[in-house]
Order: sequence, then structure tokens, then C-alpha cells
Amino acid sequence: MRLTGFFIFAASVALLPVLFPDNYFVTVVGIAAGLHVILAVGLNLLIGYAGQISLGHAAFFGMGAYASAILTTRFDWPGLLAMLVGLLVTGTIAWLLAQPILRLRGHYLAMATLGFGVIVHVILVQATHWTGGPDGLGEIPALSLLGWIVDDDQRWYGVIAAAMLLSIWLSLNLVDSRIGRALRAVRGSEFAAEMMGIDATRAKTQIFVVSALFAAFAGSLFAHQQAFISPDSFSLMISVELVTMVVLGGIASTFGAACGAIALTLLHESLVVFEDYELLIHGALLMAVMIFLPQGLFVGLTQGVRRRWISRIASRQDMKGERNSTVQQ
Amino acid sequence: MTHSSILLAVEALEQSFGGVMALAGVSFQTPENLIYAIIGPNGAGKTTLFNVLCGFYQPTAGHLRFDGQELRGLPSHRIAALGIARTFQNLQLFFNMTVLENVMVGCHLRGRTSLLAAALRLPKVRHEERRLRQWAGEALELCELSSHAERSAGALPYGLMKRVEIARALAAKPRLLLLDEPAAGLNDTETMALRDLLSRIRAAGVTILLVEHHMPLVMSVSDRLLVLDYGSVLAEGAPAEIQANPRVIAAYLGGAVQYAI
Repeated sequence: MRLTGFFIFAASVALLPVLFPDNYFVTVVGIAAGLHVILAVGLNLLIGYAGQISLGHAAFFGMGAYASAILTTRFDWPGLLAMLVGLLVTGTIAWLLAQPILRLRGHYLAMATLGFGVIVHVILVQATHWTGGPDGLGEIPALSLLGWIVDDDQRWYGVIAAAMLLSIWLSLNLVDSRIGRALRAVRGSEFAAEMMGIDATRAKTQIFVVSALFAAFAGSLFAHQQAFISPDSFSLMISVELVTMVVLGGIASTFGAACGAIALTLLHESLVVFEDYELLIHGALLMAVMIFLPQGLFVGLTQGVRRRWISRIASRQDMKGERNSTVQQ
Repeated sequence: MTHSSILLAVEALEQSFGGVMALAGVSFQTPENLIYAIIGPNGAGKTTLFNVLCGFYQPTAGHLRFDGQELRGLPSHRIAALGIARTFQNLQLFFNMTVLENVMVGCHLRGRTSLLAAALRLPKVRHEERRLRQWAGEALELCELSSHAERSAGALPYGLMKRVEIARALAAKPRLLLLDEPAAGLNDTETMALRDLLSRIRAAGVTILLVEHHMPLVMSVSDRLLVLDYGSVLAEGAPAEIQANPRVIAAYLGGAVQYAI
């Protein structure tokens, strides 16, 4: 079935807090991983399926976060409304940005999105009146969902897990549809795609906006969950890390992106014990994955398992075949 | 010959790249429902003509009318929407997809699903998916590819890849199908199968514009021929007329004519 993988994943996400109640690793790390999954799955739509790179995705993450933070703290807007407006604003900016930027290809596109990311970061630091500057914005109220206040880690785990599953579901649907096929066609051969009647520029613009919306959605949740945000969380390094998640898990696979996001989050958490050596080990592990599993963790491992399984079945059938033939002889 | 309407009318088409005239005033008319072949030596401007027709190049001068509608200045996807599909001389399959998915991309224009509907997978999307799958299946069947539907397009042998391109183009239900050297790289058996396929496509009411070097195929399958040389029209007519044309023989066909006869 099409969604088998999704249901297995959803069940394990739901089971974790039941199996490990009040576990720091499950709740706090789970929340961080969940947000990363939303970001990576959205970015994967752009990188993996449309074949376009963005090195400025933290900017959209930041826009969603700051829109929620500013509207709820300075204007006392309800959280959900602020989130909606944040999505609307981010989507519009992404659409405007896509007009000139998606005419560029390859390295130029990477440079342009990188530049955009830097500009947004500078604005977050410099526009102190609105953003609080480098000191950040605090006292962001807890999110209230129709009267249900999300104010502890358990609840946040539930909300973010639901949001994460929603984004995975949306992504799986999109990929396996007329729109998703059009995107993959554009990635395969833009000229041929155009000849199938696909407006390549429109397809790329649309998915750029969708991808930005995923990031803004995660940003908005992040702001409420952290209750405090600062520009550090939306720097160039974060953009690069998001691309790493997509590539690490396996490009052009929704679960690959999710897997990369979870793996990288866990890696950060577990390497903390190594203190100064953390970055060194981190880098070495990434290199090892890319050398030994160039298709990414998820894609590489699932393919490996599948291949071994198929060859085992094949060899069993061979043995049967041999036995039959000897009988016939 | 019965009176058939003109599907494609090309008038005084010019295409220059810098100082090089790839097409120097080409005019011809393609009637509906037949196989119209374009032949000529390498560099005669055949593929350039296709690329102009598809909106990949903007012509320097001249007109292209498809069923009365001017194609000049339209982007490729709009031209495709008018009912023109094509295959490519150097394969342009989507190797990152299965055969069925490739052909389903060919059905793109026959679907309506929007991004939002697709993301939410509304019931009407599921409905449309089923229909697209069915249409793609029909195109695969016409091209005798049904048994390869679930294979990855990149893993197919060359001859099959070329047929997948035809199936993908047909899936759009075009009125005019441009085939750029469909027989190149095929063995004799595959070429015979291709000839039958072309006849079947014509019988289904699709007009074919065929660029091809394989003379026996061209002469046996086409209804009319256009001979290009150095970007100009050298001759135009039925296969028998072309084979008897001394200018064509002198300029290009040579031994191939004997072979064809």
C-alpha cells in the first residue's frame, strides 16, 4: 500500500512516549527532531524533487518564527492567527523572490539563495526595534489550540509529532501526483518536461513557495515552543545543516529527508559528551556516510536490505530449480 | 488524393545562429492524417526545424501555423498544449522514474490536479490518478510496452527507451507527433516493429512529422517527403517522385535509392 511506511512511522512516533514515559531524550530531543523533519521534508521537495538548491532556507524558518514572535508579543495576536499571517507573508516573499531567482541554475541559484539567507539574518540582527536584535525576542506566549494550552514538553511532543506527520503526509501525496511527476520531470530534463506541456518555471516557483511554507510552519512552532528566539537559530550554518539533513538521509525521498533530520539531531545530542571533539567526530561521520552510502542513509540502507532479500529469494529458487532439474534427469 | 486539411503550414522560415543560416526560407505544408517525412544530409536543418517548431528556438523570420494558429513566440509548454508532442534524437527520458511514470508525465496536459488538491489527495485526485494510469496504459499497449511498465526507465535497453519516448509523446493525445530519428540505433527487427507502430499511430488519427535517415523505413512508411539541403527545400513530393528526382539523387540519396527500391 502507498502509505504503509507512513503508518509504521506514525505508530512508532506515537508509541515512543508510551514506552519511555518522562524521558528527556524522547520529549526534548523528539521535539527538536520533529521540527527538523518538517524543515528537511519541505526542503527535500525543492532539492530532491525539483532539483533546485536552496542555501538560505533558514531565512524562511526565521520569518515564520519572527512573524509569530512579533505578532504575539507586540500585538497580542492569538498564536494560530499569527502563524497563519506568518505563513502568508513568508509565502508571498518566497514567491516574489522566486521570480528572479529561479531563472538561475546550479551554482548561481545556490549563491542567490545564500545571499538571501545572509540578508535576512542581517535584518534580524539589525532591526532591533522589531526583532530585539542579537539579544532576541523572549516571553513568547504558549500556543493555544482552541483553548488547549500547549505548555509542557509532553504536549509539545504531541503537537510537533502531529505537525511532522502532517508534513510527511502532504509531501508523500504531492510527490506521488501529477504535480510531483511534473517536478521530477523538470529535474530529469527541463526541455522534455516543457514538451509534455509542463510550465517548468511555474512548477519550480510553486514548489519553492511550498518549501518556504514548510519552513515557516516549523519556525512558528519553534518560536512558541522555545518561548525565546534569537538570530543565531536562523543563520547560514542552519541553512547548510538543513541541506546536509536532506543529502544525508537520501535525496528525493520523503522518508530519507525525515531520516536525515532525525539522525543529525540525534548525532548532535549524543556527541555532546565528547565536548571539544564533537565537531570533529560529527564531520568524520558525515564523510563516512557519504563515502559508504552515497545515496544517503535511508535510501542506501533500504536498497541494500532489499537487494540482499531479493538475492536470498533468488538463490533459494535457484536451489529449488537445481533440485527439480536433477529429479527430472 | 482526398482533400485533407492542412495541419501544419510553415512559411519562409529562417533561423540563423550568428552568421550561419540553419534554415534559409523553408516552406511546406503538412496535410492532416499522414506521415510526412523530412530527410536530408546531416546539418541540413532537420533537427533545427523541430526545435523551432517546439519553441526551443525563436525563428529569425517566417511563420509557423498549426491549424491556423501562429506558433512563433509561444513557449514550449503552450505549443505542447495546442497538440504537438515530440521525441528527441538524443533520448530525453526521465531516468529517475519508471516507464509508467514517464508515460504518465506525457498525460500531464490531460490532468487538472492542482498543487493543493494533490497535497491533500482529495477524492477527485485519486479519481484522476486512476484515469491517467489508464490512459498511460493505453499508450504503453499501443507501443507494446505493457510488460515493462514498472521497470525503471534508465534500466531499459536502448531500443525500448526509444519506444518509451514515443509512448510518452502519444500519451498526450497529440494531433501532431514529431519523431526525431526514431530508428537510429535500432536493429532490423526493431525497425520493422517501428514501421508497424508508425502505421498504427497514423491509423489512430495522429499526423506524424518524421525526421529519419533510414531510407527503407522512410520510403515504405511515409506518404509525402520533404528533402532539405543546407537549410533549404530541395524537393517535396510522394516517395516515388522523390526517388525519381534527379536533384535529390545528385545531392543526397545516391546508393540509398537503389537500396530502397
